[in-house]
Amino acid sequence: MILDGKCPTGPIEKTWDKHRFDMKLVNPANKRKYKILVVGTGLAGGAAAASLGELGYNVEAFCYQDSPRRAHSIAAQGGINAAKNYPNDGDSIYRLFYDTIKGGDFRAREADVWRLAQVSNNIIDQCVAQGVPFARDYAGYLDNRSFGGAQVSRTFYARGQTGQQLLLGAYSALARQIKAGTVKMFPRTEMLDLIVVDGEAKGITVRDMVTGEIRTHVGDAVVLCTGGYVNVFYLSTNAMGCSVTAAWKAHKKGAFFANPCYTQIHPTCIPQHGDKQSKLTLMSESLRNDGRCWVPKNKGDKRAPGEISEEERDYYLERKYPSFGNLAPRDIASRAAKEQCDDDRGVGAGGRGVYLDFAASIKRLSEDTIRERYGNLFEMYEKITDENAYKVPMRIYPAPHYSMGGLWVDYNCESNVPGLFVLGEANFSVHGANRLGASALMQGLADGYFVIPYTIANYLAKTTPGKVKADNPECRKSVEDVNNNLKKLMSINGKKTVSEFHRELGKIMWENVGMARSEQSCKEALKKIPEIREEFWKNVKVSGSGAEFNQQLENANRVADFLEFAELMTRDALYRNESCGGHFRVEHQMPDGEAKRDDEKFCHAAAWEFKGVNAEPELHIEPLKFENVHLAIRSYK
Amino acid sequence: MSHDKTMTLTLHVWRQKGPKDPGKFETYEAKDVSPDQSFLEMLDEVNEDLIKAGKDPIAFDHDCREGICGMCSQVINGAPHGGMDRTTVCQLHMRMFKDGDTIYIEPWRARAFPIVKDLVVDRGALDQIIQAGGYTSAHTGGIADGNAILVPKDDADYAMDAAECIGCGACVAGCPNGSAMLFTSAKVSQLAVLPQGQAEAARRVCAMTEELKAQGFGNCTNHYECQASCPKGIDVKFIAKLNREYLKALCK
Amino acid sequence: MQLLTSSVGRKVLMAITGQLMVLFVIVHMLGNSSIFIPGGINAYAEHLHALPPLVWGFRLVMLASVAIHILFGVQLSLENRVANAETYAVKNLKRATLGSQSMLYTGLLLLAFILYHLLQFTIRATPDIVAGVDAQGRFDVFAMVTNSFSHGIIAFVYIAAMVVLFLHLSHGIQSFFQTMGWNNNKTLPVIGKIGTVAAVVLLLGYASIPLFIVSGILKG
Repeated sequence: MILDGKCPTGPIEKTWDKHRFDMKLVNPANKRKYKILVVGTGLAGGAAAASLGELGYNVEAFCYQDSPRRAHSIAAQGGINAAKNYPNDGDSIYRLFYDTIKGGDFRAREADVWRLAQVSNNIIDQCVAQGVPFARDYAGYLDNRSFGGAQVSRTFYARGQTGQQLLLGAYSALARQIKAGTVKMFPRTEMLDLIVVDGEAKGITVRDMVTGEIRTHVGDAVVLCTGGYVNVFYLSTNAMGCSVTAAWKAHKKGAFFANPCYTQIHPTCIPQHGDKQSKLTLMSESLRNDGRCWVPKNKGDKRAPGEISEEERDYYLERKYPSFGNLAPRDIASRAAKEQCDDDRGVGAGGRGVYLDFAASIKRLSEDTIRERYGNLFEMYEKITDENAYKVPMRIYPAPHYSMGGLWVDYNCESNVPGLFVLGEANFSVHGANRLGASALMQGLADGYFVIPYTIANYLAKTTPGKVKADNPECRKSVEDVNNNLKKLMSINGKKTVSEFHRELGKIMWENVGMARSEQSCKEALKKIPEIREEFWKNVKVSGSGAEFNQQLENANRVADFLEFAELMTRDALYRNESCGGHFRVEHQMPDGEAKRDDEKFCHAAAWEFKGVNAEPELHIEPLKFENVHLAIRSYK
Repeated sequence: MSHDKTMTLTLHVWRQKGPKDPGKFETYEAKDVSPDQSFLEMLDEVNEDLIKAGKDPIAFDHDCREGICGMCSQVINGAPHGGMDRTTVCQLHMRMFKDGDTIYIEPWRARAFPIVKDLVVDRGALDQIIQAGGYTSAHTGGIADGNAILVPKDDADYAMDAAECIGCGACVAGCPNGSAMLFTSAKVSQLAVLPQGQAEAARRVCAMTEELKAQGFGNCTNHYECQASCPKGIDVKFIAKLNREYLKALCK
Repeated sequence: MQLLTSSVGRKVLMAITGQLMVLFVIVHMLGNSSIFIPGGINAYAEHLHALPPLVWGFRLVMLASVAIHILFGVQLSLENRVANAETYAVKNLKRATLGSQSMLYTGLLLLAFILYHLLQFTIRATPDIVAGVDAQGRFDVFAMVTNSFSHGIIAFVYIAAMVVLFLHLSHGIQSFFQTMGWNNNKTLPVIGKIGTVAAVVLLLGYASIPLFIVSGILKG
């Protein structure tokens, strides 16, 4: 099936305005009759729930954390992009649009990206009004910094905690609506199923994580804002609770999953220290503004960094990409680090690391300036590694960080299941095959504050409110299915723990479907994943009962979904027989090791339809048209 | 730096099945602990052993494991988050302990934070304080340019210092009075110093302090334990600022 | 009304009344010090009692202050006790001091002391009181005080009470500035020190009288 993204036609700069006018509205008096279920309260979900509540809809919001303020958007450090052009350095909506399309290696939809660039400016204004303490200069104006993949300074930031501040802004807006009674908040509540009635998304089945109660919530539309899936790698920079579960359950109920193989491996993370590690810690990419990446020129050089002279160092990013240097996009910087380590020139224990050296910047700007810019990051680095990065270079290594793929949505952020909307990282829409730094925050808030309030009305206006009641047979069936699934997990009583399975799966995915993939490695993974899955369902051990606070059961259920999802992700990586952005197939590279796209065959989004756990999914294609940017070889040299 | 030596530690962990259960300490041994492990990774390992032995693993809140989400909440040897300067439990590393150490691990204790299970508490009361007024009533959309109102850098920095609060509740757990004054004052101060928040400053400070009381938190008596407990080092100067804002509001 | 019911409002009232009492305590100490000048304290007492409106005004303000301070102090402390009923197995306080933790107890001890002190030197109802007149026909405060303090036990009670006062004020004085909002991260350590120094001065100033008398340095 050829999918239609329902993009408005005409000159791109008019598309969103035109579309907004074309869409239907819901009468103010009728809004409260519609119930909208928002799952996840990160930037996208928090902003959506607050904005929809304010418009007068009857909103119920859900999150698995104990408070909507804790979603993993909070961990974003560096900043948020906007095309304000305050520094007068040549930025524009068109340039942000162009950079994002190019950064995504020409695998995103033009109209969606344009809209993102267009509303980016409103986001900054909105956040300022909420009291987000963005960095300011001495004259009181908003300050900007530069970021990977761009030659202009368009990144707004709040120290090293931009994600936190933006999320708290959205959270406070949400708190205001909760107080006003327009939003009902359900924390410690995890979505375990999507309820589809007559082909439309009309509710969710959730588990109360404190009491273990399984219950349904019905509504007129469901908005999934449940983040990404890179915890499929076990070790990633995501929070421990991040999972594919909500998206996967929706997928199993008919929503297409698009480009699951597009995962981002972030270049600046703290290297792994041992096999008992539970997660990897990211350090803002902004560090690359003042840090220089290098490895020893000689293979296997184990001397301390201070003993390696300038002549014996290889500043490989500056060498390979003279114009972008250390600010090359994430996928390129990550792969370059991997290449150096594969070449036995990695540093630190295990040799999986490269140096990020601040000595030159400290000499040029003073240690105080560096402390002012990155103090909290240096502090964090020292806490984890026990090393003082003002004195010795940091050691960094790439780690799974973000998923560009996600549930397929059209221009309205609506999936192929009517009434199911997907926002933020959970959808696939704007980042193509690679996301630029400081763009995730932008997308989450754009979708939540400025897209969904318009597009959801267009859907709701065509439906009768309260059509589906809680006693609908689909609701009962869903609760039954969820209960059976959990009961099954509890009854296996095997010998291996959930984390052991997760770790095993992660290892397979990282080695075969990680930073570099090949036909052979994908096939290898496709052979192994079903084996682990089978073992999981025979040999996992989950103690306690379902009717209580049970973190093991939560994890078991999430890992069970990862075990199914991993196969789809691998299949997609195998199918996409080209290299693009974060998806690097070793068979397809330029002579210098750059990703080599195949626009003839793969200039499209691949959306997969679920056909059963052990059955092959069906592929649907949405061709991508580039009418406003020239489809070119991405170069950062 | 990697260390080859591993440690064995004795843990006394608070176990409590639910809010009504009286709860008690259980003793566990943590073996083969690497100094490079984080505290929570050490607990993960203890839990793996418990699961394999068919016992109920220790329930504890955690999520981002990079010190920003504010989910982790354990009192270690009497100090919220373990008492290391500006460090959350998830960022606490085992290198601060010695082989053979005995560690007491307890949940946040305060009337406003009922225990859910073991080390997990319900911090919904903090959300309620924010809901009472910890926001600016900005509508989505239709907002003037971000540079339309200038904010002096000192004010922006001051607001940011306050806004760093991660809402973990360590200030309450550490306070001998079970007061959430530091938490409340951080939000009050952030919004009171920014022009965007000043219009509602008086109403906000009154509503939030009232809520503080309604939620069963104690009163601040200036022990300053909150600042010593705060993993973000939020300063008690914000409490003084709240008091100032409160007096200003009373005069209105 | 918020002033009387809210957390901050009641603390502000405690801070203000507490500070009034600190001012009184300072003035009282200066007055007492006239004992070291021959005939000084008798003259001081006579001058003071020649101004009944001032004395009674002062007494009323102090009575109100004490009442408000105690009422809210006890009330807030009880609330705090409810808010934090359970303690940790290991106690690990970093910035709280003996003074800050014992405010309720030192406060109540001071109340008991004030009652005793009033009973003794104001109402003069205790058995140790010697009520006479000096050579100029003034009430002989000096003789009364030196006689009472020459009893070791009474001197001890007074000195002990002053130590309690010191503890109370070591936290109370700096706490006043914080509660009134006259504080920031730069002033906090300075005010803390000033508070402690002031408390020490008061301790020395007050305790020196019974100490000098019981040790025989100051004789009747």
